[in-house]
Amino acid sequence: MTVTEERGAAAAGEKAEIGRARRRKEDQRLITGRTRWTDNLVLPGMLHLAMVRSPFAHARIASIDTDAARSAPNVVGVFTAADLAELQGVLINAWPITPDQKAPTHTPIATERATFAGEVVAVVAARSAAAARDAAELVDVDYEELPAALDLKEAAADTVLAHPDLGTNKSAYWVFDSAQAGTGGDVEEAIAAARADGIVIEREYRQQRLIPAFMEPRSVLCDPTGEQLTLWTSTQVPHIVRFALAATTGMPESKIRVVAPDVGGGFGGKLQTTPEEWITVAVARHLGRPAKYTETRSESLVAGHHGRDQWQTLTLAATKDGRVTGLKVELLADLGSHVSLVGGGVPVLGAFMFNAIYKFPAYHFAVQTVLTNKTWTDAYRGAGRPEATFAIERLMDELATELGVDPLEVRERNWITHEEFPFTSVCGLEYDSGNYEAATAKAREMFGYDELRAEQARRREAGDPVQLGIGVSTFTEMCGLAPSRVLGSLDYGAGGWEHASVRMLPTGTVEVVVGVSPHGQGHETAFSQIVADRLGVPFEAVEILHGDTQVSPRGLDTYGSRSLVVGGEAVVKAADKVVEKARVVAAHLLEASADDLEFRDGRFTVRGTDQGMALTEVASAVFAAHDMPEGVEPSLDSDATYDPENFSFPHGTHLCAMEVDTETGAVKMRKYVACDDVGNIINPLIVEGQVHGGLVQGIAQALWEEAVHDDAGTLVSGSFVDYLLPTAADTISFDVDHTTSPATSNSLGTKGVGEAGTIASTPAVVNAVVDAVRHLGVNDVRMPCTPERVWRAIQDARAAQEPTEPAAMPHFDADEPGRSSTEGAGA
Amino acid sequence: MIPAPFDYLAPTTVEEALAALAEHGDDAKVVAGGQSLLPVLRMRLNTPEVVVDLGRIDSLRGIREEGDHLVVGAMTTHHEVRTSDLVRTHAAVLAHATDQLADSQIRHRGTLGGALAHADPAGDQGACVLSLGAELEVTGPGGARTVPADQFFLGLFETALGDDEILTAVRIPKHTGWGGHYEKFVRVVHQWPIVAVAASVRLEGGTIAEARVGLTNMGPTYLRARGVEEALVGATPTLDGVREAAERATEGTDPPSDLNGDADYRRHLAGVLTARAVVAAAGG
Repeated sequence: MTVTEERGAAAAGEKAEIGRARRRKEDQRLITGRTRWTDNLVLPGMLHLAMVRSPFAHARIASIDTDAARSAPNVVGVFTAADLAELQGVLINAWPITPDQKAPTHTPIATERATFAGEVVAVVAARSAAAARDAAELVDVDYEELPAALDLKEAAADTVLAHPDLGTNKSAYWVFDSAQAGTGGDVEEAIAAARADGIVIEREYRQQRLIPAFMEPRSVLCDPTGEQLTLWTSTQVPHIVRFALAATTGMPESKIRVVAPDVGGGFGGKLQTTPEEWITVAVARHLGRPAKYTETRSESLVAGHHGRDQWQTLTLAATKDGRVTGLKVELLADLGSHVSLVGGGVPVLGAFMFNAIYKFPAYHFAVQTVLTNKTWTDAYRGAGRPEATFAIERLMDELATELGVDPLEVRERNWITHEEFPFTSVCGLEYDSGNYEAATAKAREMFGYDELRAEQARRREAGDPVQLGIGVSTFTEMCGLAPSRVLGSLDYGAGGWEHASVRMLPTGTVEVVVGVSPHGQGHETAFSQIVADRLGVPFEAVEILHGDTQVSPRGLDTYGSRSLVVGGEAVVKAADKVVEKARVVAAHLLEASADDLEFRDGRFTVRGTDQGMALTEVASAVFAAHDMPEGVEPSLDSDATYDPENFSFPHGTHLCAMEVDTETGAVKMRKYVACDDVGNIINPLIVEGQVHGGLVQGIAQALWEEAVHDDAGTLVSGSFVDYLLPTAADTISFDVDHTTSPATSNSLGTKGVGEAGTIASTPAVVNAVVDAVRHLGVNDVRMPCTPERVWRAIQDARAAQEPTEPAAMPHFDADEPGRSSTEGAGA
Repeated sequence: MIPAPFDYLAPTTVEEALAALAEHGDDAKVVAGGQSLLPVLRMRLNTPEVVVDLGRIDSLRGIREEGDHLVVGAMTTHHEVRTSDLVRTHAAVLAHATDQLADSQIRHRGTLGGALAHADPAGDQGACVLSLGAELEVTGPGGARTVPADQFFLGLFETALGDDEILTAVRIPKHTGWGGHYEKFVRVVHQWPIVAVAASVRLEGGTIAEARVGLTNMGPTYLRARGVEEALVGATPTLDGVREAAERATEGTDPPSDLNGDADYRRHLAGVLTARAVVAAAGG
């Protein structure tokens, strides 16, 4: 039995909902599609939009001839930026990371220049989606192609400018230094000392560009009828969309209603205010008619924001016995063609996590964000933290190799021990709780670590063409975004609080309104479990309302693994207020003192008597309001706004075994163990689902996914033929378990789980691939670790070891018949 | 993903289909299972004025024996091919390749004839029928003609089919008693093969008496590795026994370079995979 289950049982008797692996109440409608996705919505007189997009990465728009499109059948209007200049507004950057950050003005429709291949240059409105698409083909745009800034390193050198009028591609340079911050020592001194008498590891890693690739392409429907403008949109952030629309289009916020109906996934890709939303609003307002735009998958891949895309230059200093003395991180981060909603802030979110679970005495971080003529980048599951975790977990394996010790051993020499919590990191963050020893010990046992190491040794000894590698990732992350004061100190444009209301209905059911906005997470189930326990009502009696700014006017939406640890805490506080309000009424009706009432399992009882009444009876009495105590309002409804004191710090130990076919470079996962510590667990089934999905997404970065542009800036991986998403058929069954160190920063003791698997798994997989062929001389394979890259890494390592082959290649038995011919073919 | 407008014809006989093609010429496009054409239409990479659907011509379906040949109607689905005992008995490599083709939905829609007429060099069936020495029955205004597979596949998406002709059947010489194996190299299962090798082997007294080897995605169209076939005669069906012969798989190849690997890597793979395919076909 886990700590969670014990705690849950203690809290609410045998009927405890918290800790139950309930199936998700929303799944039937989501899985069968018997629900309303944005694209299913049809309004009377609704028009359909099609976008005309630039095929060029960088081009001056000399002219746009819309005549043929305008006169095409069923077309109602064709609009360029000039046509909608008064209405289209601008797209905002909510996180200018430095005061002098350079950011080009971002209009929804490109004005003078198209700045990436896929940018909207015109929009067609027609009576059917087909007519709109047909007419879009008829829009004749005269482009004058301009040199494009594509390669990140070249762009950072300003050889070609993405926005010539800015004079540079360098957007912002953001630094954290532990010596300057007073949170640690001087990293240059640490490196100098290690060069003199210690170990210095220097590496450069590439975080490839990724595409969030959510299941439901983005769709938006705007109804400008009457006084109010209603926008249905497939978004993670209805409240942010509403705020930004008001702020940039001049419409009063009170007139704007944004609805995120059921939304099919986001992974950060729908944490955005999009050109397509703004264009749909502008066209609908201009024509005074409802207008809908649903992107195709091709458009989604090219124009939905991308993620990652960094070069990481890393210097790690350590003593000869493997204690890290300093870490220096220098990043180049590709923003794409604009600084999008939180685009510049993504690497900053990672800045605090390169030190991970370790006690590093000195740390320096610097990021240069760079504009290029590619799709803009922004949050993608983990946002900054996967990049950080990858870098440090790869480096720890390199350090282990340098020292000749087991990679788990070198981590143990550096990690924070469980007695040391709460622990203030070299970045100044206070890690509230954790137990890295326990998670690692459990993972190690689940994995059969020693047996797999023994098998690895046997395969090396035998020169098996299929080699075995073991990868370690002991991660932590900061999530549960976020304490508002911390966001303020980082120049983020909003707070990190969350809001909830609980309404007791007279018939005994409970409506809970939340500001977080689910898009597949299972909020309705988990929050129902919390409220059921808190109020002692049946799980089935709780209804969770969300995703409509008219129903849920206050909220900051869903991202950064915040919904439970921030939003769930707001739910708890609102529910507790209901109980306190009901206590006064119950005392009155029971003719007892409020102090003498006990609330347990949904019932108030007068201590020491058998007198009592259920909360639902109180609710009914309050509805009738026939007999209220003097001066008490006839309502139990309660609101709470919760601003977290701290981030959430889930952690875990992930172990991965990969088989590498040295003849082809093919990699195959053999075993994957994830032992995560996400604090107390509300619903183990949902947590397991989040971990499984997160793992696959992180594994996909390691092995499969990469957004590739050609020399002209066209997205080559522009369909799922070339952008390889894994399916269940490509993955194995993961071994998932957990340890529990309850969070001390919230009342439920929970930690975020939405991003953990993605953050942890990527380095585990790459470490395993490298470990499988390290004895052949390989110390890195760039992601994704395609068979070709793995095979070439082996060939290059062999070539580097010449002319000592074949006699001095101890790992393959040169006498084995037939081996030499394969090697000959490969060389 | 809305295609450009087109007219849709659904003939119920071969004659009607041919009449439609005669009338519309190269403005028309034939659709079989639609698993390749529909995405192309939806992405507007092709905008035919007329689409002629062969799906209602019952005479184009089915698998039967005709003497020492197996005759597969062009509109026979991949699912029907892979679940056919006749195919598994007489053309094992085709059955094995079809087992690995895409997913269940696609196998129930896509057809053998459609895949061959499309002639995508990364398609799985071409190398099988080519290596088995199949003939393709092509019907046009003047009646039916038979084209050997090695004269049917001309290049990238290019076949000997005229604008006014349709592929009606595939005649495969029975390879009864032969082992067959399709070695497909992919990064994810739903992907077209980076390289694949179709191998069929007949053993006599523990050594290889005859072998047929076809290559997928090693050139603008399917290739038959005749050098490998010759070199395999008399070889012991073990990895070591066939490795030298398998190296000849690179002869005459012209593989593409793309995100999954460059031409050199594909040539290397062809050798490794050929050895594995042959050994597996031999039951190893």
